Amino acid sequence: MAMPHLSARLDTKGSPYLYVLPFFLLFGAFGLFPLVYTGYVSFNDWNLLDAGEHQWVGLANYSELFHDSYFWNALGNTLSIWVLSTVPQLLAALWIAHLLNHRLRARTGLRMGVLLPNITSIVAVTIVFTQMFGRDFGMINWLLGLTGIGPVDWQASTWSSHLAISTIVMWRWTGYNALIYLASMQAIPHDLYEAAELDGASSFQQFRRITVPMLRPTIIFTTVISTIGGLQIMAEPLLFAGTSTPTGGSDRQFQTIALFMYEQGFREFRFGYASAIAWTLCLIIAVFAIVNFLLTRRIASDEK
Amino acid sequence: MRFLRALATATAATLLLTACGSGGDESGDGGTVTLNVSLFGNFGYQELYKQYESAHPNIKIKEHTAAYNDHHRDLATHLATGSGAGDIEGVDMGFIAQMREVGQQFTDLGTDRQSEYLPWKWQASLTKDGKQIGYGTDVGGLAICYRRDLFQQAGLPADRDAVSAAWAGGWDKYLELGKQYTAKAPKGTAFFDGGGALYNAVIGQAPEGFYSTDNTVVVATNPEVRNAWNLVVQAIQSNLSAKLIESSPEWNNGFAKGQFATIACPAWMMAKIKDQAKSFAGKWDVAAVPGGGGNWGGSYLTVPQQGKHIAEAKELAAWLTAPEQQAKNFTSQGLLPSIPALYDKPEIAGYKDPFFNNAPVGKLFTTAAKELKPQYQGPRTGDIQTTIRDGLVRIEQGKQTSDQSWQQTVSDVERLAK
Repeated sequence: MAMPHLSARLDTKGSPYLYVLPFFLLFGAFGLFPLVYTGYVSFNDWNLLDAGEHQWVGLANYSELFHDSYFWNALGNTLSIWVLSTVPQLLAALWIAHLLNHRLRARTGLRMGVLLPNITSIVAVTIVFTQMFGRDFGMINWLLGLTGIGPVDWQASTWSSHLAISTIVMWRWTGYNALIYLASMQAIPHDLYEAAELDGASSFQQFRRITVPMLRPTIIFTTVISTIGGLQIMAEPLLFAGTSTPTGGSDRQFQTIALFMYEQGFREFRFGYASAIAWTLCLIIAVFAIVNFLLTRRIASDEK
Repeated sequence: MRFLRALATATAATLLLTACGSGGDESGDGGTVTLNVSLFGNFGYQELYKQYESAHPNIKIKEHTAAYNDHHRDLATHLATGSGAGDIEGVDMGFIAQMREVGQQFTDLGTDRQSEYLPWKWQASLTKDGKQIGYGTDVGGLAICYRRDLFQQAGLPADRDAVSAAWAGGWDKYLELGKQYTAKAPKGTAFFDGGGALYNAVIGQAPEGFYSTDNTVVVATNPEVRNAWNLVVQAIQSNLSAKLIESSPEWNNGFAKGQFATIACPAWMMAKIKDQAKSFAGKWDVAAVPGGGGNWGGSYLTVPQQGKHIAEAKELAAWLTAPEQQAKNFTSQGLLPSIPALYDKPEIAGYKDPFFNNAPVGKLFTTAAKELKPQYQGPRTGDIQTTIRDGLVRIEQGKQTSDQSWQQTVSDVERLAK
């Protein structure tokens, strides 16, 4: 008689843990272990080609990184591309979601349509955009030429390359964020708008006074997610260079931190130094995500 | 709302934690033996594969081609991580020394074919302890390919002997002709493709390049390196460059659109031109290189130790690089054999290529190959080439002066070789 009793107790006490176990196992194997191991590697002088030959050097990789002008250059580029892509992206997403929230013809089609850029292969997207931003035969230079503005060598200068890369990022992620905004817009009770209308609030006032404050948690979510994604950008600048050299242009004018990490790890084969970059990037992202979380929380609550 | 916020925080936290990890992928095979051959550019093996497969019904060959830099970086990564490399991997002259340094990762191909090869070609893929890691495929040699029609339109002599004679005195003469071309150039064309490619040709003629024979980087001290730089800078400043970066999509496009009139032309470049500039068949021609001699590129087939079908791979690599196949690859693709016994065969020495206006490419390239003085290549040659190319691109893009760019290039090279 003790058997069923025990199994019944195990069932209620034990099974919840069993249900969540797969996540933690996967997370441990593919999240936590690489994270900790990368941390260990970052304290070593570790050559990837010498079959794992390594030597403990303490914080030497980090202090070298701190004095490495190419790291600061990459950090600056990353932040610039991130700001240039994230801010317009989220504003556009909010506006698109607002439009999609109205009664439109082919509403489902349009709503699904905004997600299309996101499910297209990042490589395909970047290659198409890189051709459009081509110096000699690119479509954008052709359009600019029609208005009399001389051809721009998009890859050559810092600002133009950042602008081009940000466009690629924006094109890919705006629709995704719009759908998330749309989902939570639909959870806003309709009587709020009716009441506002009775009080004579305009459409824009409704948007600003009702929609945006009610979206606060979602805005926080998308800001944090975009921060994490935006600071890790790598494929776009790598492919934008055309020759796929990981230096991000002739003068590293569009080398991001993730690309710098890739260069150090897989061209210089400095596994330890690359790991130190990875951890530094992780910390930078954490700081930015927290700051953004606090900022967006405050801005939204001011509205109330 | 509370749920959404919790979800947001949880997802954000997870993403944050996984932000620092990374992963890779690999592929497997099954059934009859499938040999994966990983190459870059154009080795021209498609017909040969078919021939080999029909002679060996149990073998299937799959070729993977990537861009030059990608290919070699991927190979190094696959060697480092112990998986993912092809059964046969192509390696360019610029990277063979780097692979030679990690010779234990490759199958020793033995010494039975030593007597067939050009001695310097054989030597360059030999490890310190005498292991042979690669069968040579082709050598570059050096010539200049040019567009007859564009030369004519610019009022220059178009006949190949006249063109060869015009710049026989050296690269200065080449630049002089370039200035004449530029003065009357057809719209939308420049004299040559880009600074990086021209640089590779010029430095390829020097007795010593980026390395001295004891594996020391001499970029900062070897006057030849700086002289070649100055020459290319002068060419750029005289507006002779189409400012296209070698092996980029724009460069490929440049062939098709006819953006440049000349290009430094190792034998393998002929295969490239035939691929990319099909509509200009018969309009291209080949002249001797200014100054004579020199080499740029040429490749090897290696068999990484991590492969599952080493014996079969070795056999295929040996077959693909055997004299008979190398000879075929010259007449069909223009790839110059690395086996000197072939140079005097009439079907090679007498070969004329209709694509290049029946230029006697056989005579031109075999003469060049016989006169070629080999240059020692060190472990990071390929990456140093890329660094110097970037330096020249900075000048082409108007970002820096020659001196600024040179200083940055030297310090980048030092960092690379550290």
